[in-house]
Amino acid sequence: MSPADLQSLWLTLRLAALVTALLLVIATPLAWWLAHSRARLVPVAEALTALPLVLPPTVLGFYLLVTFAPTAPLGGFWLRLTGHSLGFSFEGLVVASLLYSLPFAVQPLQSAFALMGRAPMEAAASLGAPPWDAFLSVAMPLSLRGYLTAGVLTFAHTMGEFGVVLMVGGNIPGRTRVISVALYEEVERLDYGAAHRLAALLLLLSFVVLLGLYTLNARTGRQGGR
Amino acid sequence: MSGGLDMSFRLARRGFALEVSQNLPDSGLTAIFGPSGAGKSTLLRAIAGFEPTGGRISFGDQIWEDGSRFMAPHLRRVGYVFQEPRLFAHLDVAGNLAFAARRAGALADLAPVAERFGLGTLLRQRPHQLSGGEAQRVALARAVLARPRLLLMDEPLSALDAARRSEILPLIEALRDKEGMAILYVSHALSEVVRLAGHVLTLVGGRVAGFGPTAEVLANAGDAFGGVDAACLIEAIHAGDAPDGLSRLTFAGGTVLVPKLDLAEGAPVRLLVQARDVMIALTPPAEMSALNVLPVTVTAITALGPADCDVRLDCAGWILRARITRRSVKALALREGVACHAVLKSVALARG
Repeated sequence: MSPADLQSLWLTLRLAALVTALLLVIATPLAWWLAHSRARLVPVAEALTALPLVLPPTVLGFYLLVTFAPTAPLGGFWLRLTGHSLGFSFEGLVVASLLYSLPFAVQPLQSAFALMGRAPMEAAASLGAPPWDAFLSVAMPLSLRGYLTAGVLTFAHTMGEFGVVLMVGGNIPGRTRVISVALYEEVERLDYGAAHRLAALLLLLSFVVLLGLYTLNARTGRQGGR
Repeated sequence: MSGGLDMSFRLARRGFALEVSQNLPDSGLTAIFGPSGAGKSTLLRAIAGFEPTGGRISFGDQIWEDGSRFMAPHLRRVGYVFQEPRLFAHLDVAGNLAFAARRAGALADLAPVAERFGLGTLLRQRPHQLSGGEAQRVALARAVLARPRLLLMDEPLSALDAARRSEILPLIEALRDKEGMAILYVSHALSEVVRLAGHVLTLVGGRVAGFGPTAEVLANAGDAFGGVDAACLIEAIHAGDAPDGLSRLTFAGGTVLVPKLDLAEGAPVRLLVQARDVMIALTPPAEMSALNVLPVTVTAITALGPADCDVRLDCAGWILRARITRRSVKALALREGVACHAVLKSVALARG
């Protein structure tokens, strides 16, 4: 594999890891609220969260590109804060991926919290545990499979991102050229040998990650614990 | 402010409203009794703080809820034993017990409490490895380790068979008597209420139908009482064994013989007498197999349906009730003030 390919791989893994870590934190309160609230706003929030699942990535990418522009409020704020623009930067990719992969983090957590129900939290409260304590010591451990699924799906999905990256990040080596974009580039250049290597790598990585998830799921399932 | 558990609220849910204005004692065991759907569990949930009522709830000198204020459940120090054990599946038995003990600053209690509840050999088991009875014992021990000021129990025995129940009932009695813990105990099993409760609150259709000492509530209960047959409670003392394998139980109204009891002399015993097991005779019956005949006076006769009557009898201050036919009432010329004899066909024991 060429140094450029390795650079793309490293960038991709960094992006996926950072986005996964951030999304698990962001998705936790959102998923908790969606699972337990009876507010009339819940279906609206659920639909918004699920949008990236059905929206063509280019649509999301286009709106993000517009938002990232230095003339737009967010883009302008970022420019004043950091001195460089959000579009065509690694940070821009992170922000875009947070939105793009949001449903993959929220939905497994939401179903894990809903499956758990209110019973364990009530039991914890009756034993003197304040809500944050009960969440950390009861709800999170009981939702471990949900966190595992959310983490793996978010990581794998971010790794395979293409359309959004191309729209907001372009193809800058070391900054925004992730594997999927590099692959596209090799095909454009008709270098099928390089394309094969990258495609096989992405295929293998995704398969290994998913295999790990389902193996773990099967094992915790057999142990009888939720 | 009155002490005890003081409540006044109306809690409306879809198609159901629970309306309670009641002061309950802050010691001993008070049973909350009534048919299913009467609002018993909802009442416990409101007391625990799981269902904000918008009304007023206070315990001792502490206000748990009133219009503007709402004390979060974990600050109320109310223990809760649910119908299902609700053990934490990610922790073993010791972990579940420690969860409660640590937050109450009572880790030193863990070993003795585990011992008392017979959990010594189960500490490393996971909840899914426990039987129903074991899991409920763990849930009870866990609630006790949190050192609650008030313990709520929502039909904790309803999912267990008779053998498992008889293991757990003495543990509850010990909490009530030896630790002096205030307990609210939801049940629709009359036998549990009679055995455990000093006071009874009856709920019907979301409203309080009666409250008072157990014997009094039972005696005054209408026919609709919790959907069970009318019965009366007598508190007697074990007065020794007869040579022919029977035990003598005495109370102000006389002596009752029952199959030999494994109890010390002088121990209190609660007797449950079903109205349908009481016959009435004008003269002391001779040549009859029933052993227990008590002199009584008729205090009231209430018609029940086309054929039956409920006859209230005074037995030296204790109330008995007899379910007999109108035809019998007429044949014996029963009316208020008539002295007669109550023949008890059978007597159930509820040790207490």
